[in-house]
Amino acid sequence: MLSKRIIPCLDVRAGKLTKGIKFKDNMDIGDPVEAAREYYEQGADEIVFYDITASSDERNIMIDVVERVARTIFIPFSVGGGIRNLDDMRKVILAGAEKVSVNSAAVVNPEIITEGAGAFGSQCIVLGMDVKEVEKTKKIPSGYEIVIHGGRKFTGIDALWWAREAERLGAGEICLNSIDADGTQDGYELNLTALISENVHIPVIASGGAGKPEHLAAVLTTGKADAALIASMVHYRTYTIAGIKQYLHEHQIKTRMSW
Amino acid sequence: MIAIIDYKAGNLTSVARALENIGEEYLITDESCLLKKATHVIFPGVGAAGEAMNYLREKKLAAWIREWVNEGKPLMGICLGTQIILEYSEENDTSCIGLVAGRTKRFSDKMTESGIPLKIPHMGWNSVAFRRSHPVFENINPEAEFYFVHSYYPAPANDAAVLGITGYGINFCSVLAVENLVAMQFHPEKSGRPGLQILRNFCAWRPLC
Repeated sequence: MLSKRIIPCLDVRAGKLTKGIKFKDNMDIGDPVEAAREYYEQGADEIVFYDITASSDERNIMIDVVERVARTIFIPFSVGGGIRNLDDMRKVILAGAEKVSVNSAAVVNPEIITEGAGAFGSQCIVLGMDVKEVEKTKKIPSGYEIVIHGGRKFTGIDALWWAREAERLGAGEICLNSIDADGTQDGYELNLTALISENVHIPVIASGGAGKPEHLAAVLTTGKADAALIASMVHYRTYTIAGIKQYLHEHQIKTRMSW
Repeated sequence: MIAIIDYKAGNLTSVARALENIGEEYLITDESCLLKKATHVIFPGVGAAGEAMNYLREKKLAAWIREWVNEGKPLMGICLGTQIILEYSEENDTSCIGLVAGRTKRFSDKMTESGIPLKIPHMGWNSVAFRRSHPVFENINPEAEFYFVHSYYPAPANDAAVLGITGYGINFCSVLAVENLVAMQFHPEKSGRPGLQILRNFCAWRPLC
């Protein structure tokens, strides 16, 4: 039986973590490569890097980070943030990332999904979706709308329609982020996650709102998610990945327990 | 020296990085004259069976691999590299290398587990039940899990070729082993420590002795 995946997310800017991560002895780690190593050792099933890039110089720094991560950890990892075209994808994949994640760029130019899947295989292409709950209308029948540019811009696109469309275009996986839940640490948006996960045939990673192990248990059962993204709850060492997995194990949710 | 066969099917860097990590020298090539220098050959691959076979035939690598295995030298198949050592793949209706009797089949879209529909590809970590011990899988914790990402699976005709079994809707052959050939559907280079151990075991394997 397939295990549910626990995936820490690291935000990177100009080759450094945007917020230092606390580890043993309360030492702060600012180097994304060291943080990746630490989570690899702790039992992360995959790692997501989100590159908050402002310039092309910083983009090149990120490629160097990806290369060093690929020499350090031997589990899959993905890179998202600022991937705009096939060339951006190619650089990240050749540097050693398993997957690339596209978000705003795919909304503006959906063909990037098909092109990426054609060039590297569907399994490499993750569609990142930022979603906000809105009133159900004719245009947004699911009551969930796609937003871009970090949640600042509404697109008028229905989230459920977009998830299905992205699958049709060749996305291999969806990373579904609830802007409403993001940063609250009050739990994932379960209704949204279940709605999307039940209506596509590709895996869905739930994102936004994780604060306690109970939240992961809920989104991996009620929320029908295949994987759960976590950030602050492990970055500040409130919980460890091993501890979260132990909790899920005690609640009959299968994760990888040996590493 | 370990040779990684480059047949333009996906990214080979991750296998190379894993070999660097365990201190093995390697070369990546699609030239059979260079492959001759190797003691061990890894046949990796991410991509589609049809294109892969076209390339292998064009570079006369399909015949070369057959010869290598017939000489009793160690070959490791990974993912697509495992699927196309069988005779036939349902993917792109492809006639394959045929080192092992059997076919590569697609998972059914209608599979369920405890009533829940299963997604395709089978993506993520899953366990392998080994039927017998094998030098390439020594010192692997039975609880270990491995990273899979695939929509097709190998189905060898001869049950004796099946070394490991994984459950995903059905029980499929996730590891096959015939004499000096070992092939797995999962990615050892992305399966953490147990995966690196498999690569290390393979590089130390001397099936002719």
